[in-house]
Order: sequence, then C-alpha cells, then structure tokens
Amino acid sequence: MSTTTTRGVAQPASAKVSKDRPRRGLRASSTFNFWLFTAPFLIGLIVFVFVPIGWSIYLSFFEARFTVTPSDFVGFENYKQVLTDVDFLNSLVTFSVFAAFIVPTTWAFSLGLALLVNRLRFMRAFFRSVFFLPTAVSYVAASLIWKMSLFNGVRFGLANTVIGWFGVDNIAWLASPDPPWYWLVIVTVRLWLQSGFYMILFIAALQNIPRELYEAASIDGAKPGWQTFRYITLPQLRATSTAVILLLLVAAYQAFDEFFNLLSKATWGQPPLVELYKMALGENQNYGAGSAGAVVLTMLICVVTLLQGKIMGFGRGEEGK
Amino acid sequence: MSALSNSNWDRRNVLRAAMGLAAAGGLTACGGNNGRSGGGSGDSLVQYFHAYGEAGTEQAIKKYAKAYKGANVSTQWITGSNFEQKLFAALLTKNAPDVFEFHPQIQLIKSGQVADLSDIINPVKDDFNQADITSHTVDGKIYGVRMIDDPQFFFYRPSLFAKAKVEVPTTLEELIEVSAKLKTNKIKGAYLGNDLTPVQSNLIWSAGADTLTADNKPAFNTDGVAEGLKQLRTLFTSGNLLLGAPTDWWDPSAFIQGLTAIQWCGMWAMPAMQQALGDDIGIFPFPKVGSAGKQSVTNGGWSMFVNAKGKNVEAAKEYVKWLWIDQKEYQEDWATSYGFHIPPRTSIAQTATKLKTGLPAEGVKLFNEFGHFDNIGWTQAMISSVNDVMANCVRKNDDPKAQLDACEKKVDTELKKLFG
Repeated sequence: MSTTTTRGVAQPASAKVSKDRPRRGLRASSTFNFWLFTAPFLIGLIVFVFVPIGWSIYLSFFEARFTVTPSDFVGFENYKQVLTDVDFLNSLVTFSVFAAFIVPTTWAFSLGLALLVNRLRFMRAFFRSVFFLPTAVSYVAASLIWKMSLFNGVRFGLANTVIGWFGVDNIAWLASPDPPWYWLVIVTVRLWLQSGFYMILFIAALQNIPRELYEAASIDGAKPGWQTFRYITLPQLRATSTAVILLLLVAAYQAFDEFFNLLSKATWGQPPLVELYKMALGENQNYGAGSAGAVVLTMLICVVTLLQGKIMGFGRGEEGK
Repeated sequence: MSALSNSNWDRRNVLRAAMGLAAAGGLTACGGNNGRSGGGSGDSLVQYFHAYGEAGTEQAIKKYAKAYKGANVSTQWITGSNFEQKLFAALLTKNAPDVFEFHPQIQLIKSGQVADLSDIINPVKDDFNQADITSHTVDGKIYGVRMIDDPQFFFYRPSLFAKAKVEVPTTLEELIEVSAKLKTNKIKGAYLGNDLTPVQSNLIWSAGADTLTADNKPAFNTDGVAEGLKQLRTLFTSGNLLLGAPTDWWDPSAFIQGLTAIQWCGMWAMPAMQQALGDDIGIFPFPKVGSAGKQSVTNGGWSMFVNAKGKNVEAAKEYVKWLWIDQKEYQEDWATSYGFHIPPRTSIAQTATKLKTGLPAEGVKLFNEFGHFDNIGWTQAMISSVNDVMANCVRKNDDPKAQLDACEKKVDTELKKLFG
C-alpha cells in the first residue's frame, strides 16, 4: 500500500520537472518538427518526382534521341508524332480492354473471396494468409512462372497438360493474337497477384457492417443469401468498393511488368507504359517522343480519375452522396 | 525503460546519433564506393557483358579481367533479354561502362558514344577477317574489336529425317513440307524462335534481297520477301511449328529435349547439343526463298567497344588492346572452350583445333559459303521495324506488301537522320 502511495507521489514529480523546463525555441516549435519529419520525404518527392516530370515536359519539346540533354527545339512535333502513332493509339485501346477485363473481374473475385473467408468458422487466418500471399510475389517472377511453366506452348506446360487430357492439341498461348489467348494469361496472372490485397480490404469492410442490420432484416423477413447480400452487404460496401475500383483502375494504367515479360516483340497487347518504354528506352532511344507520350498519358489519367471521382462520388462525405 | 522514454536528453541524443549516421553514410557514399572494385581514380574500369548461356563464360571473362595488371576491371554481367536497352540507358549516365560488348551500329558512332580504335587495330588489321573489319569501319576509322563470329543456321536430327524419309530442305517450300512430315504427337517439325524474329534477316537474304544497298538505301522491300513472309505465315499456322517454348531460339534445350526435329540456333550451342545427342546432329543454311534467292547464314557475333564519353578512355583502350588483340590464348579460350564461336583473327581461327573436324568444321564451311555479316548502317531501330513486320505479317496475318511499305518508310526516316 505504501509503495503504491510512493509511486503515486513520484509521478506528479515528473510533471513538475516538465513544468520547470518549458519547451523553448526550435524544440518547442511544431513548425520545426513538421519540417524535420516532412522534409526528407518532400526532398525525395521533389528530386525523384517533380524534377523528372519537369525534365520530361522539357524533353517533350526537343529532338532528344540518344540524349537527355538536347539542344534541338522542335515545338509540338513530338506530340504530333505520338498522337498520330498507331501503336500508341492502339495501346490506349489495349488498356481499355485490359481495364474492362481486370477491374470488374478483380473486384468480383476479391469480394467473393472476402465473403467466403469471412464466413469461415475454422482456419480463417490460414486461408486469409494463403490468399494474401501472392501479393508479396513480384510481377516479373509471376509472369515468368506463367509464361514458362503454366502457359508455355509445349506439351508439358500445365495448361496444355490439362487440356491434353481432353484430347485437345497444344495451344501456343502467347504466340499469336488470333485467337487472343494471351488475355487469359495476362488476366489470370494479375488476378492471382492482386486479389488477395483487395480481399483484405473487403474483409475489413465486412467486419464493420453492424450485425443489427442483418438482425433487423431477418426480423423483416429478408432471406439470408442473395437478398441480404443485395440489399445490405453490397450497399454497406459502397465506400470500399469505390476505393477498390479506383485503385484497380490506377493499377491497370500502371500495367507494365506482365505485358513486357509475357509479350515480347509482339505488336498487340501493348499497354501505354510498354509502348512508351519502347519509344523512349527501347531501340529508338527517343526521349523526346517518349516524354511527349508520358505527358499525354498523365493528362489522360488525371481526366479519367477526376471523371471517375465525380461519377462514383469518391472523396465526398456521406452527406454529399 | 520508462525512465529512458521520459528523458528528453536521450531522445535528443538518439536523434543526433541518427542524423550523424545518416551524414556519415552520405559522406561514405560520396567516396569510392561506386560499384567499381578498388583502386584510385583513373585505374578502375567497368565492362558490360550480356549473359552468355554457356557454363563458365562469366567466370572466364572475370578471370581475364583479373589477370590484367593495368587497371582494376570489374564486370557487370547483364542477365535478361534486354541487354540493348540497359546498355543504351547506362551510356547516358555517369555510371556508364568504360568498355562494353555490342554489335557495330552507326548510331553509336554518330552520337559520339564509341571511341575510334583504329590506332590499336591497324597494326594487326590484316590478321582479322576482313568482313569484320569492314563492318566496324566508318570513314576509314575502326570503332570496335570483334571478339567472336557466331554463325547461325538450322540444326536437325538426321535419325528423325531418316525415319520420316525426308531430305534436307533447300527451299522454304521444302522446309514447310519437311516440317509437316516430321511432326508427330510428341515432336514438332521446326522451331524458329518464339517470335520468329531470329530468321528475319535470313528471309530477306534468302529471297535475294538485302537489308540496305551499298549506298545505304532500303533494299528489303521486294516481291520475293513479301512472298517469303506469306510462306512463313503458312508455316506458322500449320501446327507443325514449335511455338511458346520455355526457352528461346538461342538455347538448345528445345532441340535437346526432343520438342522439335529442326531448330534455328547458333554454333555456340554445338557442344551442348553434341553432349546430349552425340552424332545425331546435322546443320543446314536458311533455305532459298523464291527462284531468285540463295541459301543464307547469319554471321552474328559480338565486339568490344570503348565508351568515348567515359572518364578513362585511354585506359579502356589499353585494356581492350591487351585482352582482345594481344592475348591470343584468352581469345581462343573464349571462342572454343565454352560454346563454339569462330575467332575473327585468322591466325587464331587457323590453329583452333576444335573447329577443324566434324560438325564445327561444317559450321565454318557454311559460314564461309553462305554467311552475311553485320551491316553497320542497319541499326537497332531498323531491326525493330522489321520485328514489327514479322509480328504483323506472320503472326497476325496483315498484308506483307503494306507492312513492308510501312517499314520502308520508317527505315528511310532513320537513314535520313543518320546519313542526311
């Protein structure tokens, strides 16, 4: 008891010391602390993001082949070249097709996984980890596994072995655009890689739905299953779904690794980033045209993101909906 | 623990220590730790090599570099299939290699990226294969030292030919027919690489055309080449061609594993093939395309260049001279101890006993009879344009003539930029 009393006395003493040594000068300045912790990131942002963007805009107005310090000003010539380049325009179509496949598929698949895992009574953590694990795998490594082991064109590839059991001849999944089997390979690898992450987001959202809503619905006669999902679960996941779709769309715009590794020396199935990589860093080393393409693509992403935010209400408060 | 966490003095010290460490780290980074091995300024060189598939090659290159006493030479062994892009990007930075291997391309010379090596090559110029000297020369100056010549042709299994009762094809039509007869439910008839681009120059040469004329004008847009593209499309869609193999054309695995009866590959793969298949290997050139054509063999290879914008140009030239001109023993080792390559130095090629008999000797014969060497005016951008033609016509079924016309326009634009 006395010990407790002693401790109780000792604690205010600490506060007294603090009162006797008030914070002064820079140490007391919240502005200093703000800059102390923010400055490294801000410097990184300026050096590695804003300066390259500025340099890229500068390069886009110059003839810059095999150099990043050009002197030959060409005005909007690079923009004209990029906007009339069939390959670049096709890459935007490729992206649209890819986004149309991957965004709804990943949304539905990860939501389905979340619903399944959330209903599990046993081994929930195990399955959550199993489905989340592919998120840790590199896109390059996964693409090579898909290309060399699962979807290679020879008889001992996994996919060809399976279809071989049904008497179907080997398919060269990635060799030809007709039929476009390459989409199956690309969509499945990305689905495998990113569904686990979005599943975790949906699980968190599902666990935030009040049980009372389901109990009230049950009392009102709602049938468990589709009816409950349709009228309670799905509306309650609206905010998460909006965020997930936005993230998926941004990720689709950033698609590079799997396309680059799966479809080498193809003229089809090239998303904008691969096309720009080829333009600027490929055999042509045309940094001027590549930079112009990057500026065009950045503007396009901004417009699409703003439009999507407006349509889906992302970032608006509940009252704004 | 609680005492520590309540102490401003300790927290401040921790912060100071962390900042001190960061500063020390920064200062350390400003020192000599730039990825190069040892030495003071001026005696460290970096060389870039693409990853060769043959076992022991990386160790060999590092062994040669270590034996050089004039500078500390470190090797960047670039894996992956995009050596060109990595090299081009690196050449624009301060961390560019001093010495690198590549193919002769005029773009590198026009942009001042490679140094004139005439002074180190001229004394031994006559001992080199003169076609190699020509392919590295612009306006009388020689810009690279050839290390190896790599003939590329078709490899086939004579036992499978005998079983299918077929002869070695000499025309593209015959190759298509032979592939159909060789195909079984276990093995495909032929393998020309997963994207078919390895044979694109041969298609042009075998059709009697060329990539460029002697005065650097496009020479590939002919009816014969268009016809050849149509024939390749037939082969591509026949089901007799191996497509989507886990390893690409330059690796002999598909051939060795019995996935194909014929494979386009290089002479470098001969030792691995002989080890796996013994004497059951034959070779033949890319067959004739159309009536005006002639069989062809690609004489690829790699050359050493010195980065003209590097900090140690003279030291780099000294190293290149030491290794690729003076050290004949290493040059023969590099050409014949791992994969088989033809040494570009006549004196070494004549004494290379491994290339004197059997299949390697036959490879040398095809090299001499049907070989086409690098054209320094045929740049990577032009090669890339023809890659697109192969993709669009053969794999995608676009019109060959329209694609060749479009390609010619692109190549013409490149040529105008290079030659005015």
